[in-house]
Amino acid sequence: MAKMTLLQAIKQALELEMEQDERVVILGEDIGENGGVFRVTDGLQKQFGKERVIDTPLAESAIIGTSVGMSLNGMRPIAEIQFLGFIYEAMDQLASQAARIRFKTAGGYSVPLVIRSPYGGGVRTPELHSDSLEALFSHTPGLKIVMPSNSYDAKGLLIAAIRDDDPVLFLEPMKLYRAEPQEIPEEAYEVEIGKAKLVKEGFHATIVSWGPPVVTLKKIVESYEQEGIHLELIDLRTVAPLDQETILQSVEKTERLLIVHEAVKTNGVGAEIAASVSEKGIFSLAAPILRVTGFDTPYPVGMVEDDWLPNESRIRKMIDELLSY
Amino acid sequence: MFEENQLAFDRVQLLNEEGKINNPSSDMPISNDTMLHMYKWMKKARLMDEKLLRMQRQGRIGTYAPLSGQEAAQVGSAFALEKSDWLCPSYRDLAACMVHGMPFDQVLRYVKGHLYGSRNAEGLRMLPIQIIIAAQTLHAVGTAFAAKLKHEHTVSVSYFGDGATSQGDFHEALNFASVYQLPVVFFCQNNHYAISVPRKQQTASNTIAQKAIAYGIKGVQVDGNDLVGVYQVMKEAVQRARNDEGPTLIEAETYRLGPHTTSDDPNKYRSKEEVQQWMEKRDPIIRVKKYLISNQLWNEDEEQSLVASLQQEMDIEIDQVEKEPTPSLAEAFDYVYATKSNQLVEQQKYVTTFSQDKGGDLHG
Repeated sequence: MAKMTLLQAIKQALELEMEQDERVVILGEDIGENGGVFRVTDGLQKQFGKERVIDTPLAESAIIGTSVGMSLNGMRPIAEIQFLGFIYEAMDQLASQAARIRFKTAGGYSVPLVIRSPYGGGVRTPELHSDSLEALFSHTPGLKIVMPSNSYDAKGLLIAAIRDDDPVLFLEPMKLYRAEPQEIPEEAYEVEIGKAKLVKEGFHATIVSWGPPVVTLKKIVESYEQEGIHLELIDLRTVAPLDQETILQSVEKTERLLIVHEAVKTNGVGAEIAASVSEKGIFSLAAPILRVTGFDTPYPVGMVEDDWLPNESRIRKMIDELLSY
Repeated sequence: MFEENQLAFDRVQLLNEEGKINNPSSDMPISNDTMLHMYKWMKKARLMDEKLLRMQRQGRIGTYAPLSGQEAAQVGSAFALEKSDWLCPSYRDLAACMVHGMPFDQVLRYVKGHLYGSRNAEGLRMLPIQIIIAAQTLHAVGTAFAAKLKHEHTVSVSYFGDGATSQGDFHEALNFASVYQLPVVFFCQNNHYAISVPRKQQTASNTIAQKAIAYGIKGVQVDGNDLVGVYQVMKEAVQRARNDEGPTLIEAETYRLGPHTTSDDPNKYRSKEEVQQWMEKRDPIIRVKKYLISNQLWNEDEEQSLVASLQQEMDIEIDQVEKEPTPSLAEAFDYVYATKSNQLVEQQKYVTTFSQDKGGDLHG
């Protein structure tokens, strides 16, 4: 076991899968010689050659469209979109093409494609680099959306994504790339896609989150524990398919639900979680379902982003409110 | 220095409007037998098109995009492919699809909106019919890229229209194919209209073929209603791709005789004189027929019996497909992911139960 950052864990997952499966190729902008803008793919082109680590012209739609064609002809491409905000350029190739081919051909073709992309705020990026767009894609049947919050999950989920026969949007929290390293096994392992993780058991309330807020929430939950309040923390890990069962089971026990996400509030994944808990577990609830999220503005500029993000003080205030019912 | 639109292009034409070979002393790229074979395919495509248009008017199929007028472009180009090559079609390319191996009963399922209408036959290297304009140009780049990485000598052909050349995907595809020198042929059927917008309003360049130059690839313009010319330029492009000599953009100048789809009225945007001119003077089927008849390879009796047998074959297949049971909505849930999510299982169960309660009818 070695200690690894999330970034190193992702790189190792790519390396291990490329070693064991010749069909795996990676392509994207600046991923070869330069090793990616975050150095996730650093050294991979030297190791596997230019035919398997492909620096592409600057064209997002072409990166995904070409990957779709590659996967239809037997490869398992991993495409990188440099920042998630640039994915709008490739919306058709992802949502109307990659995600639909299995359905369209009634199972005749599948698209085993992974799209990796950094996302998430708090790192003072220029405009359109930090947006959390998972809700947009969770409205697209046929796509899976994976959003790890730590090194162990990132490696296992990415390996599972590469081995998955369906297209997976794999979102990497930029802010956590170089966060606290974690002990993780050297060998390849899978973390099941579609399965949430019970980070911390508790009984006073359930908090569901994914991506960077999970790290903040861990600290908050610990400090509440010292005050004798036991909060249950669930890391969703996969936004689509959604693990309703884990959430419902928890809510039945705690009777209270808080959802925390970075994306804008309206029509967010939090809304879907709240709706499904209302449909299936409303009589377990002792309080309204509450949310702490980004606001319904475009992702803001650097000087105000810390206030925009679901920060510690906003989360604490909402937990207190939830417990007050 | 380049002056805009000053590029000299030779438009390829081998078989002219009179059904005569322009330069009889040069070698014909196809034998008389093959020409007859191709003629039968063109005839079949035209009859199918007329049949499907009637079926749409009778409410037996959904919206349909007719191909009449483009038979030479489609049949001629698809004949230049090997079965192992990849064909990436748009919705107006049914004749090319059929030549490549898509069976007529599957065409019928597709136009009827059958759940399995876009399922590919085993071993048939053809992508499902594309609706989004130019999206398939990139898929052709991808299948070609994979072929190159796997060292397979297959070629990918993307079919699209003049309207598609305005899309970003078209330009990204040409650029990628050129940068990586991929075995792709971009086959544009310039039928002069993207629904109602004429070619001149689609692009200000003199030809579509010349767009290839900016990407550093070969561009060819051919009379798209000339079966022999289309076959020849396609054969060359495919050969170049197979020999690792890079992609080609072919502009086949043609004309759709009918509407864009069964939903529009072309009289609103095209003059009768223009349509008449293409129908009478440049119909791709008539000129092949003239050639065949003048070379004693075909006669009116044979024509009549061909039409009768094609009609009969089609009627039998239509009858069979129309008798097939309607697929159930519940089946649709099986094909969203390789493994169904719990939500899909739940919704599928709901649909099944709801339909059983209703005696098998979801909406009655």
